[in-house]
Amino acid sequence: MKVAFLGATRGMGRSLSRLMAGRGDELFLLGRDVSDLERSAHDLEARAGRGSVGIARCDLAEPGGFAAALDAAESRLGGLDTVVVTAGDFARQEELEADTDRARRLLEVDFTNTVTFCEHARKRLLARGGGGGGGTLVVFSSVAGERGRKPVVIYGAAKAGLSRYLEGLDHKFRADGLRTVCVKPGFVKTSMTDGLRPPPFAGDPDDVARTVLSAIDRGQPVVYAPPIWRWVMLVIRLLPRFVMRRIGF
Amino acid sequence: MRGREVRSEDLEELTRDAVLSRGLGRSYGDSSLPPPGHPVVAATPLADRILAFDASTGRLRAEAGLSLRAINRAFLPRGFYAPVTPGTQIITLGGMVAADVHGKNHHRDGCFGAHVTRLRMRVADGRIVECSPEQEAELFRATVGGMGLTGHVLEVECGLARVPSPWLMTESERIHDIDRFIDGLKEAGLRWPHTMGWIDCLSRGALMGRGILMKGRWAERHEAPPGMPPPRRRPSVPFVLPGWVVNRGSVRAFNAVFYRRHPPRMRRRVMHPESFFYPLDAIGHWNRMYGPRGFTQYQCVLPESAGRGAARRFLELLTRRGGASMLCVIKDCGPEGVGILSFPKAGISIALDIPIRDDTQSLVDALNELVIAEGGRIYLAKDQFTRPEHFRAMEPRLGAWTCIRRKWDPEGRLRSAQSVRVLGDRP
Repeated sequence: MKVAFLGATRGMGRSLSRLMAGRGDELFLLGRDVSDLERSAHDLEARAGRGSVGIARCDLAEPGGFAAALDAAESRLGGLDTVVVTAGDFARQEELEADTDRARRLLEVDFTNTVTFCEHARKRLLARGGGGGGGTLVVFSSVAGERGRKPVVIYGAAKAGLSRYLEGLDHKFRADGLRTVCVKPGFVKTSMTDGLRPPPFAGDPDDVARTVLSAIDRGQPVVYAPPIWRWVMLVIRLLPRFVMRRIGF
Repeated sequence: MRGREVRSEDLEELTRDAVLSRGLGRSYGDSSLPPPGHPVVAATPLADRILAFDASTGRLRAEAGLSLRAINRAFLPRGFYAPVTPGTQIITLGGMVAADVHGKNHHRDGCFGAHVTRLRMRVADGRIVECSPEQEAELFRATVGGMGLTGHVLEVECGLARVPSPWLMTESERIHDIDRFIDGLKEAGLRWPHTMGWIDCLSRGALMGRGILMKGRWAERHEAPPGMPPPRRRPSVPFVLPGWVVNRGSVRAFNAVFYRRHPPRMRRRVMHPESFFYPLDAIGHWNRMYGPRGFTQYQCVLPESAGRGAARRFLELLTRRGGASMLCVIKDCGPEGVGILSFPKAGISIALDIPIRDDTQSLVDALNELVIAEGGRIYLAKDQFTRPEHFRAMEPRLGAWTCIRRKWDPEGRLRSAQSVRVLGDRP
């Protein structure tokens, strides 16, 4: 695969990009901090023991740079068949409630700008020549978007919107060869969730990466990771409102 | 002990205000625990990127949180392995530097620090400093084996060893008593790069110190099975067993089975590197065997000058005090290395598991007094009970090390639960 990867420097993105590089996929890394990207590129090169990994700056907070970043990836890789987005913004509900401007920035990054980035990616994947038409767009949403919940009112709303967008893309463009994979991680122990108390079934980023990679290979439209969260969220979705008002989850 | 870890991929950010870094937390005592007055420790395992690897020289540079397991798994298929490895691979590069770990090949290859060529550190005043045996050499030598008390290790550059195949050629044999064991170890060390022994420290009298001596070297290509060693399955102790499970009777039975299971003759075989180097990693959560109070380790080195009788005197004291230890490991140590406070010195090292009981403190005190009398010393990475006066008595090098430490950290900001306990740092 020829993969443009936004968010490979940390957390689940780091784990997934290592699996991909390890099996011989060609990667191009996009991210905010060039020196951090360089370090991750070196890591992937050293672990894979072959090839070289290109990088370009791309910040989800700056939609103006999306097209150029994807162009750079496309020309360096000589085409593009997979785009992965693991990057996103996160803050705790209390912080977002206290600072409305912070909340607006999070909504913008996690919804508006992520969708905008996906639109740029979608066009490139659909326009892919050589009879290969389409490709795979993998985006990390969250189980937080499955139900309005107290600890993730705002973050969850952004992720709910993102999940719906990806669902719509899948319905509209799958016939044209575009496969969308919406990843819904449950609680995963990464630096993003450091300091939060892990609930039962908290996952490990390397295990999540394995689940996600096999879903990408199969073109599965929605993947819960760790897989048990599919059933956890099924229960949560079935809970009546009066229960959701009472519990803290 | 109350405390918590903060974790991040960004060690520079993470260590800015931290008083202690911690890797994978496998040191047995309190060296990776924060001091009581500042109960937060910077956890490094998310900072695990390889920054450079040169396959022509084996030189590796990586972030300090990279685990030894990740290194071995990434590089063994390419014909490289860690030059020195402790008995677990669940350890970070930073931890390997801080404890200046040694392995079965200490008599030949020294400690890990002998293979470290460069460190990038955040020191107490907040600066980021590179040090090596040539540059800021004092800081380098105080940091190797310095238990993380001279600064936060951010990046490590070290050499990996080239290996002819990914398998080990090993020999093992039964040894009938401690004196023959010491002779056997020293003799094996002349021909074998990796040697170690397991001894039954409950057997007394003529059988005192009986056990199994193991020797190994990397197999040559023509001796090795084709293909890579397969990943091993890991059974796990599912829950904390009751405290009575490990007792004199069960340990005696375990030791007898372990001894008798080995054929009386020399046994020669090819081994999986993980089975040879990390027998305990094969069982997840094995610490749960020791019950809710857990266990501590005790490891000391008895110097060559004390003669081979020192090991016998040590075992006599241990059996007299009734210390029931499942795992008693004996190793041959080569000369002191680059680290000012590093543990090994030429002689014999003995390591034991001690289940924690009400009398553990007095047992450790008694062992320490013997070790002081023999001119030996203990390994801080495994210590939880040594008294400060005992440590000072066994460490004539402490003054020199403290001098360098104070130069880089005059206010004594960097500290751990262990340094408060053993070195008298402020809480």
